[in-house]
Amino acid sequence: MIWEFNFAMFLFLVICAIAAITVRNLLSAVVIFAAYSLIMAVLWAEMNAVDVAFTEAAVGAGITTVLFIAVVSRTTRRSKD
Amino acid sequence: MKEDVVIRTVTRMIVPFIQLFGLYVILHGASSAGGGFQGGVIFASAFILYGIAFGITEARKRIYEKITTVAASLGVYIFAGIGLLAILFGGNFLGYSALPLPLPGPEIRGLMAEFVEIGIGITVMAVMTSIFYDMASKEEVE
Repeated sequence: MIWEFNFAMFLFLVICAIAAITVRNLLSAVVIFAAYSLIMAVLWAEMNAVDVAFTEAAVGAGITTVLFIAVVSRTTRRSKD
Repeated sequence: MKEDVVIRTVTRMIVPFIQLFGLYVILHGASSAGGGFQGGVIFASAFILYGIAFGITEARKRIYEKITTVAASLGVYIFAGIGLLAILFGGNFLGYSALPLPLPGPEIRGLMAEFVEIGIGITVMAVMTSIFYDMASKEEVE
């Protein structure tokens, strides 16, 4: 446990979370959300939860991104609200 | 993008390795990191990659939607079947050591845990592929 590394990762995590809900372009939001999942997987692995990190990397950064992109390509790309 | 030879060639080369890695994760789930769910997701991502590179219609020719429906039920049946088999021989649900196999107890437990993981993997793979088909196909299917 290196606290500087953890602190930097948490900072990136918060930045990614805020950016994912404020950005207008939904495709950008999906990509930022994939980056969020990747940082979260690194954090899980750093907290010795390898199984959870595996699931986060496979489902959060892999499958969900593909499904979100499929949904964005079928609906609008701009957020209305 | 459909004519891009690089994407098609790389996809054709990398899909067997993704599937092999998925099987590895499923079968080593009990002893190390991984398990049926993660392995099934990795196995399904191979089909999803194929569908992205070659188009949905081409992917539907490789793994039919009927097969995904049957496989999604088959995995649940494997899981519940092994659990109920243990009840039938007088144990608890999924109490593997009650099964009358000519092996010591820990080996029976390991073997049956692998079968349960395989069932979970089949279901997750089929459901993920089916969700991808439903999300990505343009035409309306009743």
